[in-house]
Amino acid sequence: MTQPIDIKAFLDQDEKKDLLRLLTAGSVDDGKSTLIGRLLFDSKRLYEDQLAALQRDSKRVGHAGEDIDYALLLDGLKAEREQGITIDVAYRYFSTNKRKFIIADTPGHEQYTRNMVTGASTANLAIILIDATKGVITQTRRHTFLVSLLGIKHVVLAVNKMDLVDFDQQVFNDICEEYKNFVAQLDIPDVTYIPLSALKGDNVVDHSERMPWYKGMAMLEFLESVHISSDRNFDDLRYPVQYVLRPDRDFRGFSTRIASGIVRKGEEIMVLPSRKKSTIKSITTYDGELDEAFPPQAVTITLNDEVDVSRGDMIVYPDNLPRIERHFEATVVWMDEKPMDPSIQFFIKHANNSTKVRIDKIKYKTDVNTLQKSEVDFLELNEIGRAVLTTNKPLFFDPYKKNKNTGSFVLIHPVTNNTVAVGMIIDKLSPDDLPSKISDQHRELIRKGQGLVSDSEYQTRYNQKGATLWVTGLHGSGKNEFAFSLEKQLFDMGATVVLLDGSSVRSGLSKELDYSPTDRAEHLRRVAEVCRLLNDQGIITICSFISPDQAIRKQVTDIIGEDRFHLFLMDASMEFCKKNKPEFYADETIKYVPGVDLPFETPEDAALKLDPTNNGKNPDLVIEYIRENSIFPLH
Amino acid sequence: MNKYTLTHLRELEAEAIHIIREVAAEFENPVMLYSIGKDSSVMVRLAEKAFYPGKVPFPLMHIDSKWKFKEMVEFRDNYAKENGWDLIVHYNKEGFESGVGPFTHGSKVHTDVMKTQALLEGLSKYKFDAAFGGARRDEEKSRAKERIFSFRDKFHQWDPKNQRPELWDIYNAKVHKGESIRVFPISNWTELDIWQYIRLENIPIVPLYYAKERPIVEVDGNLIMVDDERMPKELVEKAEMRKVRFRTLGCYPLTGAIDSEADNIEKIVEEMMTVTVSERTTRVIDFDQEGSMEQKKREGYF
Repeated sequence: MTQPIDIKAFLDQDEKKDLLRLLTAGSVDDGKSTLIGRLLFDSKRLYEDQLAALQRDSKRVGHAGEDIDYALLLDGLKAEREQGITIDVAYRYFSTNKRKFIIADTPGHEQYTRNMVTGASTANLAIILIDATKGVITQTRRHTFLVSLLGIKHVVLAVNKMDLVDFDQQVFNDICEEYKNFVAQLDIPDVTYIPLSALKGDNVVDHSERMPWYKGMAMLEFLESVHISSDRNFDDLRYPVQYVLRPDRDFRGFSTRIASGIVRKGEEIMVLPSRKKSTIKSITTYDGELDEAFPPQAVTITLNDEVDVSRGDMIVYPDNLPRIERHFEATVVWMDEKPMDPSIQFFIKHANNSTKVRIDKIKYKTDVNTLQKSEVDFLELNEIGRAVLTTNKPLFFDPYKKNKNTGSFVLIHPVTNNTVAVGMIIDKLSPDDLPSKISDQHRELIRKGQGLVSDSEYQTRYNQKGATLWVTGLHGSGKNEFAFSLEKQLFDMGATVVLLDGSSVRSGLSKELDYSPTDRAEHLRRVAEVCRLLNDQGIITICSFISPDQAIRKQVTDIIGEDRFHLFLMDASMEFCKKNKPEFYADETIKYVPGVDLPFETPEDAALKLDPTNNGKNPDLVIEYIRENSIFPLH
Repeated sequence: MNKYTLTHLRELEAEAIHIIREVAAEFENPVMLYSIGKDSSVMVRLAEKAFYPGKVPFPLMHIDSKWKFKEMVEFRDNYAKENGWDLIVHYNKEGFESGVGPFTHGSKVHTDVMKTQALLEGLSKYKFDAAFGGARRDEEKSRAKERIFSFRDKFHQWDPKNQRPELWDIYNAKVHKGESIRVFPISNWTELDIWQYIRLENIPIVPLYYAKERPIVEVDGNLIMVDDERMPKELVEKAEMRKVRFRTLGCYPLTGAIDSEADNIEKIVEEMMTVTVSERTTRVIDFDQEGSMEQKKREGYF
């Protein structure tokens, strides 16, 4: 046995090795599982009993005769084992004394594009396998495209089964040449070509004597030495606050795993979205305070000033801001069995931030085999497209190409809670396609005019507070009749009111918008902005709009201001509405009807529920409500 | 390696801390399942690191099958007390009172009643919406495909065919009432990583991991330790002292020891690096049927 002192030194050294995450792409036919099995086997990580179990399994369901079937070692779940294909992402581990490796092993067929995208999302490097007898095939192109899409910077083209082409250099060169031409149109900075035979072990761990013409490194040697540490972004500080740590009155820390850049003690920082500035007081960890920290370290910082910071906020250096917007374009991969329904507002999770998002438009989808683009309205499982998105609140992001951590997001279905899609934000913004052309940055600057009349002067003059009385309900519920009657009564009582309803706004201000969910959202945004302006000037607005979903009403509330927004529900059944508007509901050519082909989400938070069968009394109820809530009259 | 590179252990550590904080931020009522084993010990240390200088904002729960090694229970109680942990110990009362145990009922019934059922009972009782587990993907084949945030329906069941895609480090924490997420912060650690980390961090572990002379009976090729009087007499009579240690810990009648001279952490790591047997072979329950871990996991086991 080795002396204790030696093992200590050895372990101290071994603990210092770094970590490489890699993706393997290719099919069972290409010998992918055999290659992985051999890396595990030859690097002595294949344990004896796993091998014994393997020999037992091979006899029963193996696909490689009586030889050891390396693939069986890797395919995890029972059903998959019987089908003979890997259908999910499986993670494998091995280490040498230079590095620890995590392999994301993903299936190769087109119907598993989403699995490969998943495996690629965390990888530093991809091994793309080619069968030397077949050369560059459609699948090779697809895998390479996906790898470049996910921003993997290092690719190894492993030309396998060289034993079947007599280790012929010409075959290898031809394949490399063809691949080079293809890869030139993609964005992969570092490509390495290795001829090998996974089955026979040539150039996997040891340099093959049967290919003396190949002067490069064997696979394992290359994996051990490829330089990856500079792939991270150390330039732009992005500190997306994950958790606010407040153990006692004295300590207020903000924890996260640093997304990019280097955080330094004493530096001036800015908190987004508040744009408040402070300086870093400490970088705290269990193992002591640090002077600086870098990605992907998980730390906690404290600030020298009492600044309001919550989860989802982002801490940056004031001279290096991310984009702060609600609108952006992204490459979206659809991951759900059910096709995309563009009328749904999804949850978006991005850099520890979460909000609602709608997909305004799919500009095109890209065929993963040919890279051809075509126009579509929605995406289906495994399809990849370029989408225009709008979120409810601004996100702080960078293009994915520049920053993986602040450029990536997932979309979650609001009902099933499934992760239905993932996205990578694109650098260029084409504002023509965006429904709102004013960025939030600008909006903040122009938000409040500098009027000479104060709020209290308005209140004294009008004997009221600026507020919005918003009535929601199905088409035909009687909300318009109610609204007009309310307006008349308030007017007669001396209030200063403005009434906004669907037809008056759509005939002018929202003229170019239709009834699709996207346009409806924009229409109501405009209405809300009008209300905000009028309320700012002390005027009461009465709004009668179907406003069918909670998210839209939330957005309207945010614009107008929660304290000024009062929601009333005209609580009519579908039956009642149909009786009231029989022709409208009988007309099947009318699309986008809430309660019919679009959901109507009944609000839980309405201030009053109004009974449509007793509509004559409803204005009185609301007048009583605004009196009690000191909106009108004030004296 | 440049100055801004983490070692593999520090990178794994940062990943785990990120996962643990995410659960604390996203869920209302998380719990950390604590098995007293080496993986749990590492996980608990990572939780302490995640919230330092604050206290960890969720409790530990140990599912006590009532057949754990005595030294484990002792270690658990001391550790929780010394470190100020909020510790819940839950066991299946009905099973315990009807005398369920591996010697009388066999490993399958015992595991189902005293471990799986007890776990589901404990999770339901306290209405936990997220539960951390110390499972690693390198332990067993079906674990290799499990997500870090692994969704469970309201019956606590796992559907391997219907897992949520999990990309980058963005975890989907949305669940409906009654559903839950099992979270595996040390998914990407191997057994060797665990031992190296224990050494690096000087993490206390149950002494059973160190080689020592212990009373051992050989049962179907497994080295079982005589830990209390519940072991049948005919087995106890065959016991002899052997220098052994345990690579995993669980119910003493179901946990095989290995012959070993490794009585300190360096020797254990050295043994690990040269060892040719994987750790789960010392767990008797895995041999019931092929794919048995996957089956158990579908039913709600960790």
